[in-house]
Amino acid sequence: FLIRLKKGKSQKIIQSKTAFFPLNCPISLKVVFLCVFVYNNMFVCLFFYICFSVFQVHLASCYGGLYGRPFIESFEETPMLVAVLTYMGYGILTIFGYLRDFLRHWQIEKCSIAREKENQKDFVPLYQDFENFYTRNLYMRIRDNWNRPICSVPGAKMDLMERTSRDYNWTFEYTDRVVQDVINLGSYNYLGFAENTGPCADSACEVTMKYGVGVTSTRQEIGNLDRHEEMEKLVAKFLGVESAMAFGMGFATNSMNIPALAGKGCLILSDELNHASLVLGARLSGSTIRVFKHNNMQSLEKLLREAIVHGQPRTHRPWKKILIVVEGIYSMEGSIVRLPEVIALKKRYRAYLYLDEAHSIGALGPKGRGVVDYFGLDPCDVDVMMGTFTKSFGAAGGYIAGKRELIEYLRSHSHSAVYATSMSPPVVEQIITSMKCIMGEDGTTIGCKRVRQLADNTVYFRKRLREMGFITYGNNDSPVVPMMLYMPAKIGAFGREMLKRNIGVVVVGFPATPIIESRARFCISAAHTKDMLDRALSVISEVGDLLQLKYSRHRIQPSPARPFDDNVYEDIDD
Amino acid sequence: MNFKNFREYLAWLYYQYLLITGIYVLEPWEKSIFNSILFSAIAMVIYTSYVFVPIHVRLALEFVFGFFPPTVCPV
Ligand SMILES: Cc1ncc(COP(=O)(O)O)c(C=O)c1O
Repeated sequence: FLIRLKKGKSQKIIQSKTAFFPLNCPISLKVVFLCVFVYNNMFVCLFFYICFSVFQVHLASCYGGLYGRPFIESFEETPMLVAVLTYMGYGILTIFGYLRDFLRHWQIEKCSIAREKENQKDFVPLYQDFENFYTRNLYMRIRDNWNRPICSVPGAKMDLMERTSRDYNWTFEYTDRVVQDVINLGSYNYLGFAENTGPCADSACEVTMKYGVGVTSTRQEIGNLDRHEEMEKLVAKFLGVESAMAFGMGFATNSMNIPALAGKGCLILSDELNHASLVLGARLSGSTIRVFKHNNMQSLEKLLREAIVHGQPRTHRPWKKILIVVEGIYSMEGSIVRLPEVIALKKRYRAYLYLDEAHSIGALGPKGRGVVDYFGLDPCDVDVMMGTFTKSFGAAGGYIAGKRELIEYLRSHSHSAVYATSMSPPVVEQIITSMKCIMGEDGTTIGCKRVRQLADNTVYFRKRLREMGFITYGNNDSPVVPMMLYMPAKIGAFGREMLKRNIGVVVVGFPATPIIESRARFCISAAHTKDMLDRALSVISEVGDLLQLKYSRHRIQPSPARPFDDNVYEDIDD
Repeated sequence: MNFKNFREYLAWLYYQYLLITGIYVLEPWEKSIFNSILFSAIAMVIYTSYVFVPIHVRLALEFVFGFFPPTVCPV
């Protein structure tokens, strides 16, 4: 209505101007008409501006043939004013950072952080780059929001150790008090298997009694237990693939297995937001790495085409292997990989696909089998399925699953298989029991219920946050919910205010995100009850009002903003 | 937001100012430096505009109309 009104007004002004604009009149009248003209233009501009800003929602949704269900992912653009104010805030903090560095340099103020040594004065400086400056002068000031020691199971609720600082976060002191019953919105405890009671804990306990905790040898020597074998069979069955193998650490699974799979003369196409472990693995492998835009299939296809057409640089030989590396759920954006399109591209260009399901395994899909299940695809289309037990299963370690030959190859070639001590028996037992629970093999429907509960909680939480007017990122079905904070001071303030109200959240800033896109990241769990979520939401709303975080200017309606052409991948030969 | 009294409202406004400028995270002495610099700058702007704006307005009118409005006498 407002827009209509303005439009009507401006049109009226246009009419009046064209009808009455006199060419030979006194100068004072000319000025008046000029003013009217400018005024009129202002309205026209304003009108267009409002139109654009109202309708420009970055909503990507697909109902194409490749997707069985609506794929709704939103990344609302940063409001201009907020972006300007955020940069201003960083500017002010940077100036004060320089001031403090100056004081430290001239020893007016005590320096409590590592610095250049006196006797290494003419060496290459170690602590002068931006990240060191950032740590010293920005991160230190709000450091109390991270690394808080907790002293209970990190389930739906947890206990925190109270901590104070007398020197503005340079050192901390423990007050020996415990902050009790903090609602935990930060752990990756998607299915609520981080518990100290229940069947998983009981069986882990039993196994500890039988096998002890440490294995003290590698899998290839005398550290291969029957529980390990059973777990690997179970993982393969769970994922619906031929074979699987497990490693003691998820990070090492990525960073040690990619070098075993790719090497010199291979090309790795990596999503720009891939996890550090994937990046490290790709770099260690010595292959050429090209990065495509986050979840952007046009960008991926362009790179694939170029790789096929031009081959290796200089020699122009074809690449030995092309490995596409993607994640299931991206933990900072909350987005879900466009797996059907990736698989279509992979088949068309004959590349290999490495899928890291760290966050999605257990948390997505009607049966909790990850993104493959979510999209209803065939697990055999993914060449290397990787995942971790650290999140949904509440244990530790990672797995690689796929064809039997692949796993046999990795068993003898992967560093983390040959040289690492095998997994601790209670951890293995936790994985077995929780996985059986999800599969329903324990004779109950607990696992199935938890998967459904998680999906419901996620949809509910995301919907309520959006209704309150917060900007959230990512896919509607992703249990990782990033909520934008933007300004540097609000990162600290949000964490502190939430903890004051007994809610534990994770706040994230640079370097984990782009500098202006600081955010809070909530991880929804099946262990959260409706009451807990409602309480958390009302507190978030209250803090959101206090800190003015309700930036969103859009009522989100799922609309196909990015037109999707059904016929793009039709000529795929299997 | 609903406030009990005007003081609370002012406190909230000050809090917003702290958050937006980023000085929320600074130590108190840094905050006071920032505040004194900012407020003295604002005071100067207000003072200079009080002194100079009437003169500029008069000159602008003179330029547009080509004559002095009768009530304003030329210096
Ligand atoms: C995508 C991804 N891969 C791998 C890992 C590493 O797993 P882990 O914590 O088991 O070492 C993580 C952990 O956050 C992750 O997010």
